[in-house]
Amino acid sequence: MINSPYIRKPASVQSVMLQVLLALVPGIVAYVWFFGAGILVQLAIASAAALAGEAAMLAIRGKPKALFLTDLSAIVTAWLIALTFPPIAPWWLTVTGTLLAVVIVKQLYGGLGQNPFNPAMAAFCLMIVAYPALMSQWPAAGQLDFKTQLDLIFGGARQVDAITGATPLDALRTALRSAASPESELHGLRASQLMDGPAFGALGGTGGEWVALGYLLGGLWLIQRRIITWHIPAAFCGALFVTAGLLWGLRPEGFASPLFHLASGGAMLGAFFILTDPVSGATTARGKLLFAAGAAVLTYVIRVFGAYPDGIAFATLLMNILVPIIDMKTQAPVFGHKKD
Amino acid sequence: MLTALLVMTGIALLLGAGLGFASIKFKVEGDPLVDKIDAILPQTQCGQCGFPGCRPYANAIAGGEAEINQCPPGGEEGIRKLADLLGREFKPLSEEHGVEKPKSVAVIDEATCIGCTLCIQACPVDAIVGAAKQMHTIIAADCTGCELCLAPCPVDCIAMEPIAETVDTWKWRYPVFQIKQAA
Amino acid sequence: MLRKLFKFHGGVKPQTNKERSTTAPIAPVPLPDRLVIPLHQSVGGHPRPLVQPGDRVFKGQRIGAADGNLSSAVHASTSGIVRDVLPAVMPHTSGLTTLSVVIEPDGEDRWGELERINVRAATPDELRDYLRDAGVVGLGGAVFPSHLKLKPGKEGRLDTLVINGAECEPFITCDDMLMRERAADMLKGISAMRHMLQAREVLIGIEDNKPEALAAVQAAITASGEQGIEALSIPTRYPAGGAKQLIRVLTGIEVPHGRRSTDFGVQCFNVGTAYSIHDALEHGRPLLSRVVTVAGNVDTPRNYDVLIGTPMDHVVRLAGAHPDTDRYIMGGPMMGVRMPAFDVPVVKATNCILVGSPALFPPPPPEMPCIRCGECAKACPADLAPFEMYWFSRAKNFGKTQEYHLFDCIECGCCSFVCPSHIPLVDYFRFSKSEIWAREREKEAADTARERFEFKNLRQEREKQEKAEKLAAKAAATREKVAGEAAPPGATPTAAKPTGGDAKRALIEAAMEKARQQKAQIAPKNTDASTPGVQAEMAAIDARRAALEQPTEPPPPAGQA
Repeated sequence: MINSPYIRKPASVQSVMLQVLLALVPGIVAYVWFFGAGILVQLAIASAAALAGEAAMLAIRGKPKALFLTDLSAIVTAWLIALTFPPIAPWWLTVTGTLLAVVIVKQLYGGLGQNPFNPAMAAFCLMIVAYPALMSQWPAAGQLDFKTQLDLIFGGARQVDAITGATPLDALRTALRSAASPESELHGLRASQLMDGPAFGALGGTGGEWVALGYLLGGLWLIQRRIITWHIPAAFCGALFVTAGLLWGLRPEGFASPLFHLASGGAMLGAFFILTDPVSGATTARGKLLFAAGAAVLTYVIRVFGAYPDGIAFATLLMNILVPIIDMKTQAPVFGHKKD
Repeated sequence: MLTALLVMTGIALLLGAGLGFASIKFKVEGDPLVDKIDAILPQTQCGQCGFPGCRPYANAIAGGEAEINQCPPGGEEGIRKLADLLGREFKPLSEEHGVEKPKSVAVIDEATCIGCTLCIQACPVDAIVGAAKQMHTIIAADCTGCELCLAPCPVDCIAMEPIAETVDTWKWRYPVFQIKQAA
Repeated sequence: MLRKLFKFHGGVKPQTNKERSTTAPIAPVPLPDRLVIPLHQSVGGHPRPLVQPGDRVFKGQRIGAADGNLSSAVHASTSGIVRDVLPAVMPHTSGLTTLSVVIEPDGEDRWGELERINVRAATPDELRDYLRDAGVVGLGGAVFPSHLKLKPGKEGRLDTLVINGAECEPFITCDDMLMRERAADMLKGISAMRHMLQAREVLIGIEDNKPEALAAVQAAITASGEQGIEALSIPTRYPAGGAKQLIRVLTGIEVPHGRRSTDFGVQCFNVGTAYSIHDALEHGRPLLSRVVTVAGNVDTPRNYDVLIGTPMDHVVRLAGAHPDTDRYIMGGPMMGVRMPAFDVPVVKATNCILVGSPALFPPPPPEMPCIRCGECAKACPADLAPFEMYWFSRAKNFGKTQEYHLFDCIECGCCSFVCPSHIPLVDYFRFSKSEIWAREREKEAADTARERFEFKNLRQEREKQEKAEKLAAKAAATREKVAGEAAPPGATPTAAKPTGGDAKRALIEAAMEKARQQKAQIAPKNTDASTPGVQAEMAAIDARRAALEQPTEPPPPAGQA
């Protein structure tokens, strides 16, 4: 029995997810260009793990597999995991993270559309708590050739500290903390001086800033395609810029510039691809602004005053918790009730 | 030491006054639980629960003297609502009290009615009009379908007729999932 | 022409599919073998039949009288013989029946005597009653009796009369063709309405995909020379033709759910209604026919002037339905209702018969879970959050759906149209609404029953009390009498006191005896004229009554159960 409307726009969950994947491509291209093809291997590993985990769970839950495996939502989660995990993470780390995301955070909560938390970010948080060292090793741009990367991903032995460093965010924080202590050789140096090294690039880390630009381009395309709205990216970037700018303006020697915060780490990925996940994010216009702004402030606080390399993941989860109340309290007035 | 005692006493007095004020200001009249239970009961007044009407049954439930599954007209949905309200376990309708039937109204076969007025006395909601030795008829709009008029009728001229669905009472069905076809 | 137009939130742009049915003029339809005219065709009460099987009726003769003021009369669409007055399947998704008059046309199409009215001399109330009896209802689809809407608000005058020629539903072109061909008459109807409503200005809203209709209406306005009437081109965006949306677009006013638009100085009528009002007031012709678009899975989509009561398949045959036709839809593809059969009659609400096939309107892809993408909220012209209402409707948490303003939903279908998960959102909302209405009806019935039950108990209590009082009074009187009789023969007044208890008992016994006697006296009186059969029945009744009264004498045993 079918009732009106009898016509529908040719839209589907699959096409939405496909466009999100396409929008990630510019960022991935830049990633490969600067950091090597290892990330492609990670993307493949994560995708395979996500599909396997999803298929197993769908079979157990008695849901139609063909329908849900082809909706591409698991692939989006997988790609976000691969892109937020270190590119040289061992394969089992990526697989475990992806399975956690798909099986526990997504399927056990009821599958597509039911998860209160962003699966990729929940997996990131779980893994960084469980494997802090492995999750904090980031090669610098052009540092490792493809073969070394493969060895690191699939090989057992890892001379970790010898080959990898920290992210620019991590490095800067460590440096700033050293600069604050009188015994350190860095004592007295300002943030801008600390960031003078080649690893920091022009804005947010060599290579990293170009990847961020790729995400930005893809994100803008998503806005133009009306897959996402401007609210979350604008509010996130705006709030991050203002927060960082405030502290930087007060004490430029102690804090990095707002542009650095926008261009480094997962800021762009978060603004356009992670926080915009509709399932776990706020849905009203005002709610989106609040949600993203809150995430930006939390991200900044965790980045600057916390111990983890980036704050996006924790900030996203914390804001996910607040989504129901944000949505409830920000319902827009309906037709005819606006002025009252 | 003294100040601490004074402060604590002060706080105690203040809070006590606040509580006292609240108990007067927000005093709850009557027994809201009985009203709430009564609001869930269908008001058929049929007595199938073993009580003379819905209100007495509500009183009995509130007093813990009756189970929540004794009301056939309220049906399963009614029991669920009562279970929700009272935080009790859901139970299927107790068979000794009757079975759930479609909503009906009583109809008097006017040719057979002898005008004995027995049904009029039996009707709990005064939904039957008529006078002694005159034909009786049922005000369908006010009939609750309690069936209490059936037994007293000496000539068995009253029958229950299920209420037919009209356009005004027709309901849209719960949308059905179509996921199966893709599996 | 520099009037500022407003925007409404949301809306969608489905393919309009209007070109093919506007190439040919409105065509007449040959008389069918029989007309089935449902008596209930408008919002409001069910009209009662005025004819019986076998009656001869003339064209325009009233066959159903309005039931109260919130109702509208129904007329014979042609002359002929009434074959039946019976419940027939009505053009409604439910497939339920409604009392209908079946007329077999005599082929003469002869008018009966028409009741005319002098528009200028009649009072507004007379005009309204006249329109009610002429069966004029809103032809845009809601079929609300027009006479009820032709009352100006509290101030006795109206600011803006909005005329709806937007016709935003795909496929439907009946209003378009009506404006092209009958603009002048339609305008006269508008003038009459304007006069009745004392409207300051008239705005006719026409979507910009209908330039011919707009030109025709503008030409007619110029020709009439009337001031304060403007035909405006509005952007094509579904549902611009929703009354609330059109009022918003033309005046910027948002009429909230449950409020009268006249309270805001606006009233809205469909162009077809305006034409019918003219026909009724000017020529005395009641609403007997309407323009109907036949489109969809047919060879030649076209508009027809169809008599009310004509079976739909009779009209569709003219347009040539394709063999894979599997359903008729009354209305457009966004809001139309599926017909339960092919031969249901055309009624006043039938603006379009959309002929459907599985190829033209394929079943939607399988429903996926909601991903809260918010597309539905973006498309909702009532600024609702359909995905939130969907969760609550699915969980049957109806209170919450109302908190999210379920009843502001106009069921336009935009949310279902855009949903990437292919969720039949509107179905959920329709389900919730009818469930809530049903519950309200039940609650109302329960409240009435409770009240009546309590009143009955109160009455019985009072009767008992009154009886007791009466008895007590009587007893007092008798006691006085007894005392009066007993006093003279020497006994002291106080001597009676100690034996008071005995006296009381004696009194009660006397009273009971008396009552018994009365009862016994009544019984034979009732039976003396009855036949032995009835007497036997009465005996049975008495036995039952006795049996019934027995257990009720002590406190009801049910109380302890």
